[in-house]
Amino acid sequence: MPNVILRAENVYKKYGKLEVLKGISFQVNQGETTVIIGPSGTGKSTLLTCINQLTPPDQGHIWLEDTEITHPNSDINMIRSSIGMVFQHFNLFTHLTVLDNVRIGLLVVKKTPMKEATEISMEKLNEVGLGDKINAYPAELSGGQQQRVSIARALAMNPKLILFDEPTSALDPELIGEVLNVMTKLAEIGMTMVVVSHEMGFARAVANDIIFMEKGIIVEEGKPDKMFNESENPRTREFLHKITELYGGKTE
Amino acid sequence: MSFLMLALDIMPKLLEGAVVTIELTIIAIIVGIFIGIPVAMGRVYGNKPVYAICTFFVEIIRGTPLLTQLFILYFGLPSVGIMLSPFIAAMIGLGINSAAYQAEYFRGAIQSVKKEQLIAAYSIGMNQMQAIRHIVLPQMFRLVIPSWSNELIYLLKYSSMAYMIQAPEIMSQGRLIASRNFRTFEVFIIVALIYLVLVSILSKILDMVENKFRIPGL
Repeated sequence: MPNVILRAENVYKKYGKLEVLKGISFQVNQGETTVIIGPSGTGKSTLLTCINQLTPPDQGHIWLEDTEITHPNSDINMIRSSIGMVFQHFNLFTHLTVLDNVRIGLLVVKKTPMKEATEISMEKLNEVGLGDKINAYPAELSGGQQQRVSIARALAMNPKLILFDEPTSALDPELIGEVLNVMTKLAEIGMTMVVVSHEMGFARAVANDIIFMEKGIIVEEGKPDKMFNESENPRTREFLHKITELYGGKTE
Repeated sequence: MSFLMLALDIMPKLLEGAVVTIELTIIAIIVGIFIGIPVAMGRVYGNKPVYAICTFFVEIIRGTPLLTQLFILYFGLPSVGIMLSPFIAAMIGLGINSAAYQAEYFRGAIQSVKKEQLIAAYSIGMNQMQAIRHIVLPQMFRLVIPSWSNELIYLLKYSSMAYMIQAPEIMSQGRLIASRNFRTFEVFIIVALIYLVLVSILSKILDMVENKFRIPGL
């Protein structure tokens, strides 16, 4: 039996009258990558922020291993420090250098001693290929570099799971590759990831599991092969057909 | 006596006044920071009562003239048994007045720190205090420098109001000298020039501060 890292059960979320999530249940096993796809405004990003409680769900339960995140007495800061998050617009701390962006979580949240925090941060920055940019500020970097810093920032906390919220949607096309390469490498070394993305090539090549969401529910879930080639659901087929035409679906 | 001779003659007294002006300005701006930042935080992060108290403070102070506030402190308080020296009254009055304006500058700067910055801080596990201390405040200080610089320059000039409660700052000194030698026009031209020099030096320093803290690439 694989170790279940993340389990969501019947998650509901409403914004005023607008029901964004209508009973989402899924689980992610250790070392696996789940890619969530679906049209815009379907609640994919909301689902991610429900997982780390940046948007607390109205109903339902979410567990990180044996800890119930949604439990009223859970230590949410503690839990968040073990769930990495990578944002569409990077959200790097603008006043801090690359090194400090990666290091600050260790220093402030985990109270890691400076020397060790620096070592860990350097290691993670080297992993994403930015060891030579440690003294740069975010605004001096390209979008692809910023996103790699933000991945390093998540990695430095030694997370059990990393959430990616459309990590390449704000990037120029020629910068998408460097970010996807880093993510592919992470998948290969067994990082557990939940990725909201329109990158079908990545989904096909890297995902262990693909979830197709529409209008707040999970329409279909399955292995990439099944989803792309023999989906049972006409909506899934239609969406995948359209998006593959739009973004290109070739596997690299 | 030529203008230059006059200037040299009265300069020592005027510079004594200038020292008081500088002291008043520095103390008032510091009092203003220490009251202004908590008030700004109260207006942004406070619960209802805290928000109400902070807003009330800002509205009262900004809604009444500085001169009235100084008169209340210096001429008004003795009637309830509180006697303040002119310098202390001027210091408190200018400090509190500046606090209300600074609070608004700080509030504006706090609110212009992008929400995404806070969300990112929470996402790595920071609590609200940590996020404010390590993310919001450092960014706020940079954002506030331009408008805060204006406040400091205003304060340097508005400290001349302290003359009205007999604080021995540069205007008082000028008035005293002019009342003895009747060279009112020349004396206040010289006073004006001293203010101009002080403000110019201050602007230079503030420009340097702003450049020092500029974030590369932004």
